[in-house]
Amino acid sequence: MAFFLIIMLEAFILALLIAQASLNISSMQGALKEKKTLVRSLKLTDLCLFTEARYTRHLSQADLNTPFQDHPLSLEHFPSGSFTLPTNLISKRK
Amino acid sequence: MIDWIERQRYIIDFTLSSLLRRKVKNFGLLALYTLIVFILASTMFFTYSIKKEASIILSESPEIIVQKLSAGRHDQFPLSQMETLKKIRGVAEVLPRLWGYYYEGGLGANYTLLVPPVTTNKNGIEETTDSITSVENKENAPDNPDKPLFQYNDTKLKPGTIIIGQGIARTRNSHVGDFMPFRAYDGSIVGFEIKGILSSESELVSSDLILISEQDFRSLFGIGNDFVTDVTVAVVNPHEVSTVASKIVNILPDSRPITREDILRTYESIFNWRGGMMIVIFSAAVLAFVIFAWDKASGLSAGERQEIGILKAIGWETSDVILMKFWEGAVISLTAFFSGAILAYIHVFFTGSLIFEPALKGWSVLYPHFVLTPFISVEQLATLFFITVIPYTVATIVPTWRAATIDPDSAMRHSGD
Repeated sequence: MAFFLIIMLEAFILALLIAQASLNISSMQGALKEKKTLVRSLKLTDLCLFTEARYTRHLSQADLNTPFQDHPLSLEHFPSGSFTLPTNLISKRK
Repeated sequence: MIDWIERQRYIIDFTLSSLLRRKVKNFGLLALYTLIVFILASTMFFTYSIKKEASIILSESPEIIVQKLSAGRHDQFPLSQMETLKKIRGVAEVLPRLWGYYYEGGLGANYTLLVPPVTTNKNGIEETTDSITSVENKENAPDNPDKPLFQYNDTKLKPGTIIIGQGIARTRNSHVGDFMPFRAYDGSIVGFEIKGILSSESELVSSDLILISEQDFRSLFGIGNDFVTDVTVAVVNPHEVSTVASKIVNILPDSRPITREDILRTYESIFNWRGGMMIVIFSAAVLAFVIFAWDKASGLSAGERQEIGILKAIGWETSDVILMKFWEGAVISLTAFFSGAILAYIHVFFTGSLIFEPALKGWSVLYPHFVLTPFISVEQLATLFFITVIPYTVATIVPTWRAATIDPDSAMRHSGD
């Protein structure tokens, strides 16, 4: 019986978290709208996720030779390179 | 129906007491299983939410950005070519953008310097859009919910002043009114007064931003008045963006148009499972599941075989034994699934992905503190359920069926215990 209670409790907590998520989405619409306004008014193009290199800070604006931009044989050495793929502009051409 | 429920209850009671007899082994298994679900669920929640947020926010990015290329690299765009772009049929507006990077040696941080774009209003008067830049209002505390989250700065950005992002303010411990020194292209040191700090709500796009006047930007980097960094092109008919982009390449062969679609697709592929770190996480989880499944499918332990033999000898049906083992798998996998999913939600949406942060931060000195909008759906949880709970439960049943169909006498004799 205790097992069922634990499972029911966990399922209830998860359901509460999902409900909280949908409530949060509506309450965060204001913040999302502000971010959109900022992107539109300043004409921004990228998220500020990785500031360690210029081609990871602005992933969509990076040079076409990004992975080898310092030297033709230079391999990607920034940690954020392991989270990203070559930009779509490059892979599209393949 | 009541009889069926009662039967299940007795079997589950027996299963639980059987599991508790091997406490250390089963709790260890449960902890490891929960950890795997936690890692998979955290990755799933984080990547989905950030991609979804990027697609919403960046849907307002410029329709086309035109860069000039020189020897394969991004070069300064000559203002004279703007007129050529304006003459292309279907182009509604062409605006220059001035932006660049500044590396501060003392902190080892990279800043993005940007001149707020200038637009012309209906009366033909130039106005900078910095007047609608959201700036943190310290009075906007939760105790005053009637006030908007952001206060608009009505004053224009004057030369000698800057507005900085929250990440810079936090890293440098800078406040409004402080002076921030910069080393110009000619080696001279110039100081700009911090007039405002961009809101913490917008850190995901503005953490490392410095808004600066055009005059200061040009004097800091030594860029002549005839050049800009790149230009944005607005198109009359949104369906013609790709056509206009092709025309731009034909007319200016040394240019590179980047459309909004390209920007959105770039962020769709970020944190893709094929990316380095993601494939490490997924392969580790898959490997752990293979070990689980192998352990289960390679057969039962001698003790478990003996237990099945005894149960069959005292009158349990083969179906009862299989049911018992099904519940054993279900108890462990359901508990691990719910615990892992709850912990992952708390990790990603309440602690700001604390465990992922060091990896995401990499060598960056500036890292945005952002709270992700919790875009999670029942479909995501269902996918997680099917890739974690079902394989384990099935892997538990198969060897049990093999053991439960043999003679109880031989099952007990070959126990080896």
